[in-house]
Amino acid sequence: MSDNPRHAKNEARRVRYLGSAKSGTAGLQHMRLTSLALVPLTIAFVWLVLSLVGRTYDEVHEIMARPFPAIVMLLVIGASLYHMQLGMRTIIEDYIHGEHLKDWSLAANLFFAVIVAVACVYAVLRLSFT
Amino acid sequence: MADLSGPTTAPVRHQRPLSPHLQIYTPMLTMMMSIAHRITGVALYVGTLLLAWFLIALASGPDSFATVAWFMDSILGKLVLLGFTWALFHHLLGGLRHFLWDSGWGMDHPQREWLAQGTLIGGIVLTVLVWAAAFALR
Repeated sequence: MSDNPRHAKNEARRVRYLGSAKSGTAGLQHMRLTSLALVPLTIAFVWLVLSLVGRTYDEVHEIMARPFPAIVMLLVIGASLYHMQLGMRTIIEDYIHGEHLKDWSLAANLFFAVIVAVACVYAVLRLSFT
Repeated sequence: MADLSGPTTAPVRHQRPLSPHLQIYTPMLTMMMSIAHRITGVALYVGTLLLAWFLIALASGPDSFATVAWFMDSILGKLVLLGFTWALFHHLLGGLRHFLWDSGWGMDHPQREWLAQGTLIGGIVLTVLVWAAAFALR
């Protein structure tokens, strides 16, 4: 058996792209894992945002540069951006059936998530280390 | 999800049966909550741009932070943040509901109805509580 679905030794259903993709559960598992992580992280995030209400620039900067808020923010960013990328992927796969449009949408989804994640992580680290 | 559009080597597309879609069904609360879970997810997806804007502006300095602070304190900004807060709690409770379903519990008739109602009401109540706290703090 080869991983190449067009390989001559494969069963006909896989050659015809009707067999198992072999990695279908990973998305579901990662969705559940990030959901689990995001339950406490969302509560911590809301708590952190509430602690910033009504404060001046210097106070907000000082709070966000502390270790605990910075670590919470990095975890929130990582878990939520990966989680939402998986979710949008499911939506695209459900509703967009054109082969090219689907592929480009999936690529755009991944790029969006990575760009937002990198921008947020960069900003949080800069707040902590400058 | 696997690609079910058929073999790419043969351009012939077989007429596969389609499952009935949304317009066939009478709207029900559980169905609306399922749709709302997706919509709030998409809203939060777009809403991360707001978080990125806030963090980048804060890291950039007082001037850019003043712009974000001005927007978030405006009527439009408050409405956007209110929507974000509600979407966050609604989606969070919807996720907890999915965990209950994953465990095999709560899919039968009375349970799934009050789970749907609880998620809907809980999301609104938590949003009101957080905004009451925010107004008390400012």
